[in-house]
Amino acid sequence: MPSGDTLELRPVGSWTAANAATLERLSNDIAPQLDRASFVRVDMAGLRELDTIGAWLLERMSRRATAAGHRADVVGIADDYAGLIEEVRQVNRHPPTPAPARNPVVAKLGDIGRGTIGAGDDIAAFLQMLGALCVAIMGVIRRPRSLRLTSFTYQLYRVGWQAIPIVVLITFLIGAIIAQQGIFHFRKFGADSYVVDMVGILVLRELGVLIVAIMVAGRSGSAYTAELGSMKMREEIDALSTMGLDPIEVLMLPRILALVCALPILSFIGSMAALYGGGLVAWAYGGMEPAIFIARLHDAVSVTHFQVGIIKAPFMALVIGIVACSEGLRVKGSAESLGKQTTTSVVKSIFLVIVLDGLFAVFFASIGM
Amino acid sequence: MLDTGGQIAIRVRDLVVGFRRHVVIDRLALDVRKGEILGLVGASGGGKSVLMRTIIGLIPRQGGEIEVMGAPINHDRATRDAAGRWGILFQQGALFSSLTARQNIQFPLRENLVLSDALMDEIATAKLEMVGLTPEDGDKFPSELSGGMTKRVALARALALDPAIVFLDEPTSGLDPIAAGDFDTLIKTLQKTLGLTVFMVTHDLASLNTVCDRVAALADGRIVAIGPMRELLQSGHPWVRAYFHGKRSQMLQPKAS
Repeated sequence: MPSGDTLELRPVGSWTAANAATLERLSNDIAPQLDRASFVRVDMAGLRELDTIGAWLLERMSRRATAAGHRADVVGIADDYAGLIEEVRQVNRHPPTPAPARNPVVAKLGDIGRGTIGAGDDIAAFLQMLGALCVAIMGVIRRPRSLRLTSFTYQLYRVGWQAIPIVVLITFLIGAIIAQQGIFHFRKFGADSYVVDMVGILVLRELGVLIVAIMVAGRSGSAYTAELGSMKMREEIDALSTMGLDPIEVLMLPRILALVCALPILSFIGSMAALYGGGLVAWAYGGMEPAIFIARLHDAVSVTHFQVGIIKAPFMALVIGIVACSEGLRVKGSAESLGKQTTTSVVKSIFLVIVLDGLFAVFFASIGM
Repeated sequence: MLDTGGQIAIRVRDLVVGFRRHVVIDRLALDVRKGEILGLVGASGGGKSVLMRTIIGLIPRQGGEIEVMGAPINHDRATRDAAGRWGILFQQGALFSSLTARQNIQFPLRENLVLSDALMDEIATAKLEMVGLTPEDGDKFPSELSGGMTKRVALARALALDPAIVFLDEPTSGLDPIAAGDFDTLIKTLQKTLGLTVFMVTHDLASLNTVCDRVAALADGRIVAIGPMRELLQSGHPWVRAYFHGKRSQMLQPKAS
């Protein structure tokens, strides 16, 4: 209410969080008047309720007037609110220093540089874990009793036995789909019978192990990362170390060994399921008698194809296990970090499994297998 | 009832809470007056946290009535709306780890009010300073905060909407005596300036002695004694005697006794 050069403000009613939106609009509307008036008087006698938000808005108005070089008086403060208003006068005197704005080009370059160094760190972490694992294995060879047999068996049960149903289901479907696609397209050339060669070779050499490895990375690798990560968060891993135990030997070795043992078995079971699926589709969709399918399969594939596939499995398991464990150890205090490392673990291990598969393909081609 | 209705912040009557057949709270009655700091003591595992969580609606009750600021608390929409009337400081702080301290404080504001970002920042900074932190601390993530700072940020978040009632679950546990003493002073100061009603579960005899207006003792699922600290020290209930007159409590007694 302007009267001459004096602006008298009489806040009434409830200046509380419940009316925050209205109050903010009101205090913004009044701002130009505050700048014009040379004397501001705030009469708080009419206030019914006041909380921090309301008190701050009033304080902000009188600060604005003071900053413009005018006088601001606050009168009529009820005893109940004196403490609060006094408290609010003290706050926000030193606005936080804003972070210096970065040049976007420099920031981008910085991100790329950090990313590159981070990739180097990743490789170092992988090699470090591999080395630590080798040391742990040496220790176990020297003292076979130091292998955690219970833990190993339990992990084998979890990543091996419990994974069988889903592995069988997925590989069965993949085998069936390959056979169906093969028959559909080969039929145009009258070459349906070659579908047996395709399914056999593809499944035994590549797909059986690759699909199973990717599933294991998603299913067991993520579980390893999350388990070890939450153990890290709750200082369980530190507790182990202080008891003179090596976390690598106690936690990681049984897990990774279990994966290395389980993956070849799962790959074998998966390959069989895929061949079975392919055979069923060849019979139902392609009209090929099971006996003929088996006879053709016998001619088409040799034990070499099977070896090429199954040799890759333990190496892939090793990569999945190492990535999962080292990502688990990188978890920091927060729940967000746990989620991030688990995602990273799965993405990285699937990527590495595929890269490894490519390297093996080159290797086997060059030795003529 | 009406004559006291205006003075009572939390009214609990005939409250029964249990898990399956195990009864934790047995026909409990408790009144928390407006503007007081009530300390609740009880054996570990004796149902203190259960009582607090039942009042704020986290645990379903088997029977009884709870009124907060005159409004009944049930498991429904109205109770969730009532959440604006109370702030809760959990034992471990329970700060959202993906948000900075400032964003944690702004979270209730952002969800419940329509405010400009600038004002929200100012209010968050004001709250930070009121609990004795610096504006720079607001940019830290919970994992970068010390135990005492976490509790302070959690208190600031509990106070974000200027609730009438604050529930504190062991506010000084895990703090060193100096930090705990500072935190007690902070609670007392804020209670005075903001006119809060404070319901505090604690084992800290020093806090009970210095900040609590009244202390309630929970034993066998009931409130067995309630009153100012000196009255509780006179109480004849065996558990209360054991609690306040045990070896660890000797520091509260005059040397002569």
